[in-house]
Amino acid sequence: MARLSAENRRKAEAIVAVYPERRSALIPLCHLAQGQDGYLTEEAMEDVAELCGVSPAEVRGTASFYDMLHTEPVGRYVIAVCTNIACMLAGAYEVLGHAEERLGIHSGQTTPDGLFTVEEAECLAGCDKAVCVQVNHRFFGPVDEEGFDRLVEDLAEGRLEGTVPPHGVLCRVERSVGLPAEEPAAGPAGGAPARRGGDS
Amino acid sequence: MLTDRAPIVSARLGHEDSHTLERYLATGGYEGLRKALSMTPEQVHEEVNAASLLGRGGAGFPAGRKWSMLRKASTTYLVVNGDESEPATFKDHLLIERDPHQIVEGTIITAYAIGAAQAFIFCRGEFALGLERLTQAVNDAYAHGALGPSILGSDFSLDLVVHPGAGAYICGEETALLESLEGKRGFPRIKPPYFPAAIGLYGEPTVVNNVETMSNIPWIVRNGGAAFAALGQGSSTGTRLFALSGHVERPGWYETEMSKTTFRDLIYDPKLGGGVRRGRALKAFIPGGVSAPWFFPEHLDMGLDQDAVGKAGSMLGSGSVVVMDETTCAVRAAWRISRFFHRESCGQCTPCREGAGWIDKILRRIEDGLGREEDLDLLLDACDNIAPGLTWPPRQTTICVLGPSIPSSIVSGIHQFRDEFLLHVKEGGCPMPPDEVRHV
Repeated sequence: MARLSAENRRKAEAIVAVYPERRSALIPLCHLAQGQDGYLTEEAMEDVAELCGVSPAEVRGTASFYDMLHTEPVGRYVIAVCTNIACMLAGAYEVLGHAEERLGIHSGQTTPDGLFTVEEAECLAGCDKAVCVQVNHRFFGPVDEEGFDRLVEDLAEGRLEGTVPPHGVLCRVERSVGLPAEEPAAGPAGGAPARRGGDS
Repeated sequence: MLTDRAPIVSARLGHEDSHTLERYLATGGYEGLRKALSMTPEQVHEEVNAASLLGRGGAGFPAGRKWSMLRKASTTYLVVNGDESEPATFKDHLLIERDPHQIVEGTIITAYAIGAAQAFIFCRGEFALGLERLTQAVNDAYAHGALGPSILGSDFSLDLVVHPGAGAYICGEETALLESLEGKRGFPRIKPPYFPAAIGLYGEPTVVNNVETMSNIPWIVRNGGAAFAALGQGSSTGTRLFALSGHVERPGWYETEMSKTTFRDLIYDPKLGGGVRRGRALKAFIPGGVSAPWFFPEHLDMGLDQDAVGKAGSMLGSGSVVVMDETTCAVRAAWRISRFFHRESCGQCTPCREGAGWIDKILRRIEDGLGREEDLDLLLDACDNIAPGLTWPPRQTTICVLGPSIPSSIVSGIHQFRDEFLLHVKEGGCPMPPDEVRHV
């Protein structure tokens, strides 16, 4: 835990390589690091900084701006209940209240066993399925009180392992194409993308 | 009037496997690209101009004109905005998950038209499945020869990177999106320059187009700009994917011909919204995302038309309509929308950062029964400090339009439902029933 593993370092270098400037890889690499440890560790942020050519403080300062990036540990399953207007009209605050009671925690907290974090989310763009809930950014909905209980039981008993990876794992499909090393020489007019590759 | 025009961007969505290359190729996929490559970039641009395609992200700026504004330079970038986060908007989410190749094809054609060799699709981070489907689509498009060097045997080459966001509404603002894509906090850039077409990604001229805008491009090239412009009316051409939510029987997405379909059709037609839930009366509806001023029953017969909605004092915005029935508490609705802006303000500009916080807290205390009569004036005063004069379109005191979007729901709520606001104060609590949980 903590430092990027050799496998993730290889993936990180491949991600850096697709951008014209390496700092652009900062957020994708934070997602990668979060996929490894469930949140952003100090050591991983140092690795991201080195790979992007910035200071660790810049990585933390950038990451802290974004809701999805956590610099403190969270549960294996982060359950986000949308309470924005469309979901609120469908009873989202009642569902969120039920969720807090059922898990015995307040929004923003994690259960003592480290399994669940519950969050009040802004609109997740699932308004036709209000009340809309995401678990580790996988969509569920419409969710009512009973539906929430079933969801939590399914998660606790591992019945959704394939659908919902542990927190932090975002995109399980890797880009397999167009990496600079595999590209043939640039063609004529409008040739292969120019890559600057250097530090910004 | 509801017309039975065949859908454009949602044509494929009836298929379970609409996201796969196989289905895409079996339903006319990449034929638009093949045709575009047989034309000059200028001819492709001309077809999009002829279509009069308005940007589908929210501002409704003509796509073809945006492309014309590019500063001449050796490097030009194309960035597709898939950071859909305007509350109650879910049409890009749908297109990203269910028809990613259509976006990829539109992106390739657009890059050809504007002379970009590198494109990006900025996908909202919360769309995990969408990111997987887009990444797979890029892998498959490369294998099909539609991306990479010498596309489909032509001398045009393009690389396309799928870039994940990390949770920030403000990154839907195009200059904040570019900052985020550069690996920084999503702080909107100071204007001028007003358009990234002058100074965009890495300081180079950049076109930023919305996902739904891109999704229309393959059809326009296949069928011609004139065929697209023949749909709709006036400046609102083509079809549009509307996202309907709130207190309706059938919340969902509906692609309808622009302008000719009315709000009444969208909300009440049995094939569309199916009416207000449980036959209740309509109290208000939001015509284009929560940044838009509210509409009321007297607006129902207006067409889904960008100009008409604008003239009536609101906007079609992101194409999302939220229905509120007679049991809805106007204070609670305005509070939840204001709270959203408070949470999502990037914090650069005082009127937005501080104003949103004040408004959130004042509305909350009114809803909780701790409000004062003078709070209504205080709310309007705070709004006036964000967008002086409370006009529509709003005047701006901030770097971007997030701030000036805050007053919409408060001004709508207080003007239309002043008595209901005051009743909260008089009764020392909310007189409306709690929200009912939707059971399915």
